[in-house]
Amino acid sequence: MSGTIRLRTPLKEGDIISLRAGDKVLLSGAIYTGRDAAHKRLFCLLEKGKDLPFDVKGQVIYYVGPSPAKPGTAIGSCGPTTSYRMDPYAPALMKVGLKGMIGKGPRGREVVEAMKRYKAVYFAAVGGVAALIARSVKSSRMVAYADLGTEAVRVLEVKDFRVIVANDVLGNDLYEEEIKKYRRKN
Amino acid sequence: MKQIHVDTIIEAVRNICQGANFDLGDDVQRALEESLQIEESSTGKMIIEQILENAEIASKQRVPMCQDTGVAVFFVELGQEAQVVGGDFAEAINEGVRQGYREGYLRKSMVNDPLFDRKNTEDNTPAIIHTRIVPGDRLKITVAPKGAGSENMSAIRMMKPADGLEGAKDFVVECVERSGGNPCPPVIVGVGIGGTFEKCAEIAKRALLRELGKHSADSRFVSLERELKEKINDLGIGPMGLGGRVTALAVHIESFPCHIGSLPVAVNIQCHAARHKSVVL
Repeated sequence: MSGTIRLRTPLKEGDIISLRAGDKVLLSGAIYTGRDAAHKRLFCLLEKGKDLPFDVKGQVIYYVGPSPAKPGTAIGSCGPTTSYRMDPYAPALMKVGLKGMIGKGPRGREVVEAMKRYKAVYFAAVGGVAALIARSVKSSRMVAYADLGTEAVRVLEVKDFRVIVANDVLGNDLYEEEIKKYRRKN
Repeated sequence: MKQIHVDTIIEAVRNICQGANFDLGDDVQRALEESLQIEESSTGKMIIEQILENAEIASKQRVPMCQDTGVAVFFVELGQEAQVVGGDFAEAINEGVRQGYREGYLRKSMVNDPLFDRKNTEDNTPAIIHTRIVPGDRLKITVAPKGAGSENMSAIRMMKPADGLEGAKDFVVECVERSGGNPCPPVIVGVGIGGTFEKCAEIAKRALLRELGKHSADSRFVSLERELKEKINDLGIGPMGLGGRVTALAVHIESFPCHIGSLPVAVNIQCHAARHKSVVL
């Protein structure tokens, strides 16, 4: 694993290609939120050949459903949700230009393959440290599907959001590699 | 007969819903601090440190430690010499949830039906309520908010008596292994053994309420809890599934007699945000 890398969204192809599983990244810039219900809607639009409510090219989607913001704050607690639930939808989004996903937990084989094919990466954020992560969110604005409440698509302005590259464009998988190192046969 | 007004229940439920989500228990914090001494992975240590830092922020700022403030699961012990007056008991619990989640800026995560509309009920009701009638005149209400990440990794298997101890052990370890990083390890593993299909699941969840560091009252289960914890930590899953020595902070087993032809085993996995709070009225 290397030192900490600072990245700004939208992600450039050069940045993405050089990232390796295990890299610690401080991410800044605009990122979009989306989880189960929003992904289902985005996927339906793509299937029908329609435009998405925002341009995903070069963008990063953060799998999160924040808790409500207290008055005077940008956002409530906002840690990552489990990513595998978005696996059925993720390859279609990468196909139209999505370059990064942030969540927690390992991804399925098809998603890892799609990351290789479409040159995208998956970042792991620490689950359950939602009050800490909220400190790196500077603003939040509604983009689409306001009726979904916490599951709506918002754009967040983040500064130095601490994430780790879990899957890179070469097909490396940090979950698999690291667990092997600490496994003891019994 | 002692009377307890529903308004008292509403207020108590509102308070424990918020307290449970803001304040990580001292036992969990202590177990996490101790796990820092065991963890060998630098990423794993960093994650545990972030979890502890997060708990401090949440408690000080009165914000939820995790955005997934869960399904509001209640364990109620109602003394048979106490009487609830002034309204419907279940509705009082739900009203407390409604107020607690709204006023505490907690996330509302319930949808009205599981398959068709999946429309958010917007007040985190209905709560799941397990009630026991017990001797005495006290009403004890415990809330255990449960997030989907760890709940989704839970499982039950109706095993054969011939599967026995080894079968039960293998099933528990298999559940945790299959879950990997998904349920936000370090986890607490609640295991129910025996009873019927639903009893087994209920005692697995009830096992999660036990204070960390305390073992089963039955010495045979004490050694089983220790053995399973070791086997699970040998899986190498580690904090957030990114590898390490600390996958489970504890394994808690609860058992119940069962049918001559049955051996139900349930595994209810609890993330590191192991939340529960009680009030006695």
